[in-house]
This record gives sequence, C-alpha cells and structure tokens, in this order.
Amino acid sequence: MAFADEWARARAIAWKDLTTELRSKAGFNSVAALAVTILLLFGFALGPDSAAVRAAAPGALWLSALFAGVLAFNRSYQVELDGGALEPLLMYPGSRRSIFVGKLMANFAFVLLLMTIVIVVSLVLFQVEVPSAWARILGVVLLGSIGLVTLGTFYAAMASRSRAREVLLPLLLFPMLVPVLLAAMQATKALIGGDLLHEAGAWISLLAAFDVIFLMATFLAFEYVIEG
Amino acid sequence: MTHTTPDLAVDARSLARRFGARWVLRGASLEVRRGEAVGLVGANGSGKSTLLRLLCTLLRPSAGTASVFGADLIRDADQVRANVGFFSPVPGVYDDLTARENARFAATMLGRTAAEADAAVDRAGLAAAADQRARGFSSGMLRRLALARLFLQSPDLLLLDEPYNNFDAAGIGLVNETIQATLSRGGAALVVVHDTASAAPVVTRWLALEDGRVTPRAGAPR
Repeated sequence: MAFADEWARARAIAWKDLTTELRSKAGFNSVAALAVTILLLFGFALGPDSAAVRAAAPGALWLSALFAGVLAFNRSYQVELDGGALEPLLMYPGSRRSIFVGKLMANFAFVLLLMTIVIVVSLVLFQVEVPSAWARILGVVLLGSIGLVTLGTFYAAMASRSRAREVLLPLLLFPMLVPVLLAAMQATKALIGGDLLHEAGAWISLLAAFDVIFLMATFLAFEYVIEG
Repeated sequence: MTHTTPDLAVDARSLARRFGARWVLRGASLEVRRGEAVGLVGANGSGKSTLLRLLCTLLRPSAGTASVFGADLIRDADQVRANVGFFSPVPGVYDDLTARENARFAATMLGRTAAEADAAVDRAGLAAAADQRARGFSSGMLRRLALARLFLQSPDLLLLDEPYNNFDAAGIGLVNETIQATLSRGGAALVVVHDTASAAPVVTRWLALEDGRVTPRAGAPR
C-alpha cells in the first residue's frame, strides 16, 4: 500500500480517536482532573515554603503529566476493546504501523492539551513567574511530550493484549520513561532558574536523542506487539 | 507446506491452537473451493470461532499450516487480510460515531470513497439512522452497521461467525444475499452457525467440528 494510503489511514485513526474522545468527554475530564489533583497534592506535601515549592515545580509538572498520561494511554486502546473494534482494526489491509501513527497523533494532541492545563495550574500553584526562556521551555514540553506519548502509546498497545492492562502499563512504562523524564525535568529546572550553568542545552539534546531512538524503535516493533 | 491451487479458497492442514494448556483445535484440516459456501457446525467451545480467527490472521496457529487463495497465513498475512472479510458476533463499531462516520472510517481504512461508504450504509438498511450515533442502536442495527463494513470490503472469502444473530428476516436475507454475491463473483464462504435453517438456502456443503477436528456432514444438521 502506498505511503499516501497509509498516511490517510493514520489520519483517519487520529480523527476517530479525537472525535470519540471529544464526544464522550469523560476521558479528558477525568485525566485533567487527576493531573490537577496530583499538582495540588504536591503543593500540600511541600508545605508553605515558597522556595521549596518553586524548586519542586518542574518535577511536579512532569510527574503529574506522567500519571495522568497513563490513564489517557490506557483509554486510547480501551475505546477499541470496549466495542470489539480492535479486531476489525487489525483486519484492515495494509501496515499496522498506521494504527500506531494514528494513535500517536491523537495521544500527542491529547497530552499537549493536558500539558497546557498542567502548566497554567503549576504557574499559579507553585508561584513560578513566566521565565524569559519561555520559548525554550515550550520546546522542552514538546520534546518531553513526544517521548512520553511515544512510549505510552507503544506500551499501552502491548498491555492492551493483557487482562491486567491497567496494572501492566505503569509497570512497563515507568522504568522506560526514566531517561525522558530526567532530561525533561532537568532542562525545565535549568531554564526556569535562568540556565546559569548553561546545562539546559545538553539536557535538551539528550531529550531529542531519546525521542528519535524511541520513535524509531517503537515504530519498527509495533506490528509485533499488537499481534494476537 | 502450503498448497497454492488457485481453485482453493481455504486449504488448512492440521491446524491446531491452544490457549494456555488447553488445546481448542487439534489438527483441523479442511478445504473450501471457489464458489462454495461451507457451513460449519459444532458444540459450544468446539473451536469454530478459533478456526475462523486463525484463518483471518487474528490468531496465530500453534501448529499446522493454512493458506487463503494460496497466500500463507503467517508469511503472507497482509495478502490474506486483503482477501478475507471476517464478520464476528461482536459488531466492532464506535459508539460515539454516527453510522455514516463509522462507515466512512472503515472506507478510509479500506481505501474506498465516502460515497461508497454512504452507499454501504444505505444497502445495510440504515439510511434513516445514518446520522445517529451508534450508541443508541439496537443489536440488530449494530450488526447491520458491521455488515456495511463487509459490503465496503467486498472480499473474495467470507468468514462469517454466527452471522444471523440478532437479525430479523430482512437482515437474514441480507446476509444470504451477501454470501450469494460473493459466490457468484467466484469467491467462497465459511459460515459458522447454530441456526442452520437460516443458512440452509446458501450453504453448499456442511462440516462439523468435533474434538478439535473437522468432519464431513451429510446434509444440513438439525
């Protein structure tokens, strides 16, 4: 099948996932509520020390995105499993990688919307002023989201074949996400603090490298994990 | 080794499949020729649905080989999927999409046009409900929507798992028309049924699945 056909199939899957999510609303609302709740809990746990709260902001931001993202990634395959739609999806001719690309695009849009909410709440809750390097921070958010969504979409596909998928996904995903989260948190922290040691660039490069590696590896391996 | 006789729509040799320690199929062999509609009967749990899922590549065999129009189930899975239409008891539609959107999604996935999708919805008898979300559909309407997907695909081999479930008389007629149309194009059908009376007008040969093996049956089972 030609690239144009595969691309049309991927776009159709992304459209279908986003449309069903938009219409059901329950998924995004619960995921966003969880992310905000995690941020609030971090705020309560860190107490009234404003310096400590600000220092913890990058970690809280990325961890709340991670925990809420797990729910979102599970849901993206739950939609297929609920109505028995996974079987027809797997039966369509052509490469099954277009399923991965379509779900990747939908999950990326979903996580970007989630990150927007998380960032706004973090700025208010952790009393962080909008830093001068905000454009670079947005770049870090984009790169970190790509890493999170790539691995999340891939391992959710793997977990979807198991009855214990809700438990299995975090067990598979969290260890693999450590390098992405570490690089994203350190880059965010450095940029919020003014990047006095000029370390942000190295972390951003590392983050971009992980994204490329994970994107390539998961794209190539997807057909095998989605097999019955 | 698989055979590539073009006349054979399905050529399965000693197909076996186990789930954990339980063997569901234990060496099922069968041939389905072009122009044939083979009815497959058997007790619950005898492996009828598993056999269909193996033949449409949704499951991998634990042992044995099979080909569909000469394409090996494992080596040429893409080619098999392009020729096979699987109609499952579970409709596999998206509740939050309308009937038309479901069909158009399937059309894009199958490389068909939106106009063909709309025509398939009409042919399935869902024209009046085309712009309603599938969430409110009855079981029969959901099955009709799944049938519209099959119309779009227009495959050479139909693998139908309890195709008459939840259908009224018109729906049963629609399923049989689909089988007849496939046979007249030189295709074939393998139909798993309990309701043998509905399938009797179109089935040309009956087989039974017992103890994980396929055995011939003379005439429609009662």
